[in-house]
Amino acid sequence: MAVELAPDLRLPEAAPTIGKPIREWLAGAWSSLWPKLGAILVTLVIWQAVVWSGWRPPAALPGPWPVLERLAGDLGHADFYLEIAVTLRRAALGYAVAVVAGTLVAILIARIKLARRAVGSLLVGLQSMPSIAWFPLAILLLQRSEGAIALVVLMGAAPAIAAGLLSGMDQVHPLLIRVGRAMGADGLRLYRHVILPAALPAFVGGLKQGWAFAWRSLMSAELLVVTGNQISIGQQLQSARSAPDAQQLLAWMVVIFVIGVVIDGLFGALDRSVRRRWGLLRGDQ
Amino acid sequence: MRPALEVDRLMSNVLALSEKHALSVDRLTVAFPHGDQLLLALDGATLEVQRGEFVCVVGASGSGKSTLLNVLAGLDRPSAGRAHVHGRVALIFQESALLPWLTALGNVELALELREVRRPDRRDIALELLHRVHLDGFENRRPHELSGGMKQRVALARALAQDADVLLMDEPFASLDAISRDLLHGELERIWRESRLTILFVTHNAREAVRLGDRVMVFTSRPGRVAHEVAIDLPRPRSLDSPELAVIAGRITDRLQHEMSNGG
Repeated sequence: MAVELAPDLRLPEAAPTIGKPIREWLAGAWSSLWPKLGAILVTLVIWQAVVWSGWRPPAALPGPWPVLERLAGDLGHADFYLEIAVTLRRAALGYAVAVVAGTLVAILIARIKLARRAVGSLLVGLQSMPSIAWFPLAILLLQRSEGAIALVVLMGAAPAIAAGLLSGMDQVHPLLIRVGRAMGADGLRLYRHVILPAALPAFVGGLKQGWAFAWRSLMSAELLVVTGNQISIGQQLQSARSAPDAQQLLAWMVVIFVIGVVIDGLFGALDRSVRRRWGLLRGDQ
Repeated sequence: MRPALEVDRLMSNVLALSEKHALSVDRLTVAFPHGDQLLLALDGATLEVQRGEFVCVVGASGSGKSTLLNVLAGLDRPSAGRAHVHGRVALIFQESALLPWLTALGNVELALELREVRRPDRRDIALELLHRVHLDGFENRRPHELSGGMKQRVALARALAQDADVLLMDEPFASLDAISRDLLHGELERIWRESRLTILFVTHNAREAVRLGDRVMVFTSRPGRVAHEVAIDLPRPRSLDSPELAVIAGRITDRLQHEMSNGG
């Protein structure tokens, strides 16, 4: 019964200093942060070395310093945030529709045997299809509109989300289903109390992958289409290229990179917390 | 409705009304498709368990013991013959089969929710049931934070939450260490006495069967049927290490080995 005794034994030790946990937390954060900072530093050094080698004139390939200076300047402009907001709003909208559509399709396929045979292989094909291939059709159907962009994001993300949930539902331990049935969970209640929660870790994996597809699709779509008077990140990339303004172009690329890292980090945290709760992670990884 | 089915239905009502039997299995045959052919898991198994009785089924692997429980729980269909449980059934498996995303308390509460117990009552009932299996203080642990023995205690509390009349147990303690198993034998015996549950307990361990059962059914292998029945008259609580128990268990083991060498 070591499990029971351990907290009691630890108490007197932990009580006197309240500052200790914070220091420990900082140490933990630092130990997970420094490899990343190191990688960024190495990247900057290589970038600078290529610039110094004189391979391309600074007008085409500026060094990291002027780019970061330019970015710092952009941070002071309201327009900068509005442009990011336009892109993120599109991403959120398209992604939200994709989550709903992907989930419904997956449940439908899981429920109906015929649908599974019909749509199962289709889903694999859709998943490997570059979603930007939908764009010409989207423009034909919806003109150069927000709708066309949303459609491309949807077609990029939904198959991955559906596939994640579907594989999660397929991999539910048969014993859990037997237990659920024996407890009297049938039909929808079996889905609600057993199958869907059991599939959640795989679903979160699908959500994460779906986001990656959505983000890529959105960037491609924004590069190709200018809608109304809404200025987006993709459009800023295009105008920086045609100006040409290499510093601005690279500054925007840094922004895209940072957004990607931040959102990926959020999904990573969600993934870990679900896995820990489900007992799929051992210890505090 | 076909007359035969109607008679079946009436018969099962009559049986349900009779206080005597908790479950009855009559010439039960179960076959599964295996490649092109049918694999016989059970071939004409017949047994009856009275209300409040603790019956153990011993058999080697492949004797269709688990199939018997699945049919009784309504998870598999008989190919021929009949199997009836008169009342509500709960199952306990070798792996505890707790839902890993719910706490110990949550697992028990879900069983109550599926029985449509009112929300305000669920928590109190679940806490009381966990108390009865001696898990006070562990209510908010998730299954992966519990030992194997504790998980089976939660599974026991969950089975009780199902308000079952008949508890079907499929080698529930097979993967536990000897000390936990000993403790759980005692707990199960105590709960059985307090609740007047009917228990059908499947195991491959003859000593465990003799430790717990009022009667022990020895199953043949491939296909399974009842080969032999032993009434255990030793006073309770019994000790796994008592010589009397060892003698009876030894005879059952001999019988099992005999069956296995016959059945292949």
